[in-house]
Amino acid sequence: MKLGKFLFAAAAVTALSTGASAGTLDDVKAKGFVQCGVTTGLAGFGAPNDQGQWAGFDVDFCRAMAAAIFGDAAKVKYTPTTSKERFTALQSGEIDVLARNTTWTFSRDVNLGFEFIGVNYYDGQGFMVRKSLGVTSAKELDGASVCIQTGTTTELNLADYFRSNGMSYESVVIETSAEGRGVYEEERCDVYTTDASGLAAQRSTMSDPSEHILLPEIISKEPLGPLVRHGDNQWGDIARWTLGAMIVAEELGVTSANADEMASTSKNPEILRLLGGEGDMGAQLGLPADWAKNIVKQVGNYGESFERNLGTTTPLALERGLNALWTDGGILYAPPMR
Amino acid sequence: MATETIDGPKRGSLLNDQRTRAIIFQALAFFLVVVFFIYIGTNTVRNLDALGISTGFGFLDSPAGYDIAMSLIPYEATNTHGRVFFVGLFNTLSVAIAGIFAATILGVVMGVLRLSKNWLVSKLVYWYVEILRNIPLLLQILFWYAVLITLPHPKQSIVFFGETFHLNKRGLYMPEPIAGDGFGLIVVALVVALIIVPIMSKMAKKRQEATGQTFPVFWTSVALILGLPLLAAAITGFPVTYDYAELKGFNFKGGMVLRPEFVALWFALTVYTAAFIAEIVRAGIQAVSHGQTEAAFSLGLKPSWTTRMIILPQALRVIVPPLTSQYLNLTKNSSLAIAIGYPDLVSTFGGTSLNQTGQAIEIIMITMLVYLSISLLISMMMNYYNKRIALVER
Ligand SMILES: N[C@@H](CCC(=O)N[C@@H](CS)C(=O)NCC(=O)O)C(=O)O
Repeated sequence: MKLGKFLFAAAAVTALSTGASAGTLDDVKAKGFVQCGVTTGLAGFGAPNDQGQWAGFDVDFCRAMAAAIFGDAAKVKYTPTTSKERFTALQSGEIDVLARNTTWTFSRDVNLGFEFIGVNYYDGQGFMVRKSLGVTSAKELDGASVCIQTGTTTELNLADYFRSNGMSYESVVIETSAEGRGVYEEERCDVYTTDASGLAAQRSTMSDPSEHILLPEIISKEPLGPLVRHGDNQWGDIARWTLGAMIVAEELGVTSANADEMASTSKNPEILRLLGGEGDMGAQLGLPADWAKNIVKQVGNYGESFERNLGTTTPLALERGLNALWTDGGILYAPPMR
Repeated sequence: MATETIDGPKRGSLLNDQRTRAIIFQALAFFLVVVFFIYIGTNTVRNLDALGISTGFGFLDSPAGYDIAMSLIPYEATNTHGRVFFVGLFNTLSVAIAGIFAATILGVVMGVLRLSKNWLVSKLVYWYVEILRNIPLLLQILFWYAVLITLPHPKQSIVFFGETFHLNKRGLYMPEPIAGDGFGLIVVALVVALIIVPIMSKMAKKRQEATGQTFPVFWTSVALILGLPLLAAAITGFPVTYDYAELKGFNFKGGMVLRPEFVALWFALTVYTAAFIAEIVRAGIQAVSHGQTEAAFSLGLKPSWTTRMIILPQALRVIVPPLTSQYLNLTKNSSLAIAIGYPDLVSTFGGTSLNQTGQAIEIIMITMLVYLSISLLISMMMNYYNKRIALVER
């Protein structure tokens, strides 16, 4: 029962007992796995594959953390969360980290007590409609019924966008992306709005993806990234540099295929530092020296993870776009590892 | 001897006295409970503080920022979370009241039919009850919603009553009556009728007690309540115009609309709860021994009078208490609304607002208090009713 679940959340938050401040790494090491909050199922980002294993771009981040901590990317347990439940799950300590295409906003960072550790996908909110409607611009959507997931930034952007353009709409509120696909395909709504990447993911699983188009307007900034609880700086650092290591590995051309070889043959001090051959960055994080090598070996660098889950060879067929490295015309940029 | 018996209980310490002991223990228990809550409270506040989560009720005054498709009061995205609370509350109340109303009627009819001498009717009701009360309510809500959104698209709406009603997967669109000049008189007429009816019924009762003559109270009441306003309407020349819904662009505009989210939730709550009410009504009627009917008949009472004056008053005694808990269940079950996006209290205020503001503890506390108050209110009204219909022993 929903009310029951709701009360459970209440109890969980009220019980925000000790352990809020520090020691997440010790807790994680003691229990032997990372408890990672993911979506309830969004193709490409986080969804169980044909073997029933969680896979996707956000799931890769969880696996990378496990690889860094345990040297084994499989040591993750997943908690599917809806967009509404995700924050309570993280606040209450039910999960250690949330990797669930979550937009970094001021209020989430400051007021909800979280720490965003970076951006793993630069996105913006878009609109998807049926081709047969003949709509070519979001400005033509006055009076439409719009499917929108509750508890998201997109819910707020949508209200702002229609208000500032003097248009009205009927919101059809959904709780999970699976539900959203259902009601959109039934034409309960004319328009589906969420992050453009989410729309691509949703479209790829529709009965006929070619029937639907994304409108040209992108109405917001949606920097999506993983987040942890505020206050445990060591844990935040581990998460931040897990993402950093994946990006730096791509910058340096270190891949899952050549990581071992590079570690022994490379003359580049940056690569040696990353792979643990020089310096003590692992120890500074409280991790083994080969933490970053394990990430790249077992999960891949940023580009590999992107291509495998979202890239042009996948059903989502997303271009790197803004998410290309800064050296390739994108804005993906990690602070130096030194 | 004498001194001993008098001094006996006093001699030991206070702890030996049973009454003092009881008081001490109760005070101690109370003290521990208070300490426990203070501990939880301060611990929570401290931990929230450590996480940088703000506390307090200031968020109620900050703008909500999101739209709600259904609202009984004017609402837009620039209004506050405090207003969202009322939007959600009224949506919860409206589906709960509509559900209680419909479930009671359906349940009573089913309960009576269950006792029908007609084998087929009785069996049909039996299966209705068995099937509906054994399927989880959530599935039933999803089922009705799935059915409703397979209705035609707005462009192919089903029309009836000469193109004034349109039914499609986005709702049932109806003309909205708009009061014109002189409408006030109709309202006054209705109020007058509503005042006269109870007075008349009291006088009729007095007269019957004094003279034995009866008066057709029910039909006179119906005639008054319908007739007076109608008369007023005729005098003022029917001052009501209608705003008709019209297909404009994507959707219908104007008129009134019953959305599939509301209807699905309402249907599901109604048929589910009615199954339980049917059983309660059947049990209540069967609890009145058959001898009562025979006795009434042998006194020469008409069957309708027997039902009204002998069976029902006794059956109601059995029916009302469990009926109350069904009403409470229905109201609480309405919080399943979120499954299909009906904007009730839990899904708007307790859901989206909670998520946007992060004030989980405050919002959940308010929401729990609201459900508690609604439940207590229903209980109070039903208890009052129960007292009124209780048999007075003479
Ligand atoms: N980025 C937005 C939206 C995130 C969101 O919930 N996106 C949807 C659609 S892209 C999703 O991930 N759904 C998966 C699910 O329902 O589990 C936010 O952080 O509020």
